[in-house]
Amino acid sequence: MTASGTFGYAEEFQDFMELKKLGAIVTKTLTLKPRQGNAAPRTCETPAGMLNSIGLENPGLEIFIQDKLPFLKKIGIPIVMSIASEEEPEEFLELVSRINLIPEVAAVELNISCPNVRGKNSLIAQDAEATYQIVQEVRKRTDKVLITKLSPNVTSIGEIAESAEKAGSDAISLINTLGGMSIDVQQRKPKVSSGIAGLSGPAIRPVAVRMVWEVFNKVKIPVIGMGGITDVPSALEFIIAGATAVSVGTANFINPKISLAIVSGLKEYLVSNKIADIQELVGSLKI
Amino acid sequence: MKNFQLSAKILSQKKIKGNYWHCELAAPLIAKNACPGQFINIRVSDTYDPLLRRPLSIHGVKGAKIKIFYKVVGKATEILARKKKGELLDIIGPLGNGFAFGKRKTENGKQILVAGGMGVAPLMFLAERLKKTTIQILVGARTREELLCINDFKQAGCLVSVATDDGSAGFQGRVSDLLKQLLQEAQFRPQTIYACGPRLMLKAVADMANEYALTAQLSLEEHMSCGIGACLGCVVKTKGGLKRVCKEGPVFAAKELAW
Repeated sequence: MTASGTFGYAEEFQDFMELKKLGAIVTKTLTLKPRQGNAAPRTCETPAGMLNSIGLENPGLEIFIQDKLPFLKKIGIPIVMSIASEEEPEEFLELVSRINLIPEVAAVELNISCPNVRGKNSLIAQDAEATYQIVQEVRKRTDKVLITKLSPNVTSIGEIAESAEKAGSDAISLINTLGGMSIDVQQRKPKVSSGIAGLSGPAIRPVAVRMVWEVFNKVKIPVIGMGGITDVPSALEFIIAGATAVSVGTANFINPKISLAIVSGLKEYLVSNKIADIQELVGSLKI
Repeated sequence: MKNFQLSAKILSQKKIKGNYWHCELAAPLIAKNACPGQFINIRVSDTYDPLLRRPLSIHGVKGAKIKIFYKVVGKATEILARKKKGELLDIIGPLGNGFAFGKRKTENGKQILVAGGMGVAPLMFLAERLKKTTIQILVGARTREELLCINDFKQAGCLVSVATDDGSAGFQGRVSDLLKQLLQEAQFRPQTIYACGPRLMLKAVADMANEYALTAQLSLEEHMSCGIGACLGCVVKTKGGLKRVCKEGPVFAAKELAW
């Protein structure tokens, strides 16, 4: 799968790859109303990673349905719509009831963990009870596959995952970005205009792998793992740690073709290691 | 317009002076489709540091070759400068929207190009394609030593005027001040101004274009992560909302921008 926020609404990647060979596309997060997002500069490079504070810029649900959804539908693979609310929980519910009317959308991913929306003291994803509430409310209103995406900026991600599972999530996806900062030493200012921003890329991989392992041991529902996957071995780390599926994010910026290279690479790995079913690997960590 | 991701062989790599380098790449698909103002996004290393690609304007096209002109300013450009003829470079392009200009010979007025520092890079390609019209280019730099591509512009048939901050060559002052001085002469009314350089220079050019009711196209720069329009990192404020410098840009009509 391709991770939310790293693949737009897929159009930008059509020149580089056969999109229909992907397992699924997770859209850039949508809110009910259009959002302009944060002022530039919104990104900067860090050692083996990058910081971003886009601020959930998106055209809003209606324009997405009009302008972006047709292209996604044409690809013919499962569409996962990532949604977030600017003032939860009512917006989440409104979003979900409208998405229920779109048959081509296979799943909804709840972005309760994006750190880039200003004005929030703590994210839903940092509070087990708040997570439970919102997932439960959304669960009541949709039969679509419901994925809850978790933030790593917590003390116990297992606890949050358990909460999401109890509330009716069909799957858990993790991790979102880690809170970080990079400073321009000359100007003594943060390099990203918002100051604190989200870290992604290979730098966060060990944290993500650890958290996938922790969540895998706490829930029975499938785990979708992501966080710095750049090749087949790193994808396998997540699977061995307990991920049933993996998502590629930042790596798409470095090599637009990487997601498909990993898909075919994983297939080759199974063949050359005589593994009949990738399920054998899921959670097979010997610890 | 279609974009390509390919391996381009380095045909030549030359240090021009100081930290300035010129490199030619074999990239027929990109060369065939490239327009002045567009850029390529280069992966300089297959390690994790530097992680992201670096965008560089297309400096010129000759047959199946594309040319880049760059300054070594940090780790990534340092790595790029150490690559040798024969090595392969992973590049994506031609990205961005390019300058808008007519192909007819009927342009009555002059085309004015304004280049601040490394702004010469995309304007060289533009000058070559604008060949049939009258082109005057104003090149600005801090000192005489930092003036770039002067002879190349002359060879491309441009009338060249220079500006240096310290007065060591040509007009003393900023290149935007030189433009202002020229505009104060009533007969100097270019058909279009094409500018590339520091943001402040571009703002000054935009203000003058507005004051004298002239058309100006500005090539902007912004930090990029993906370079292909997916991450929304490189946005700039325009009167029509936020636009991506890598996709709706890097060239914007001066009157479109919201400073």
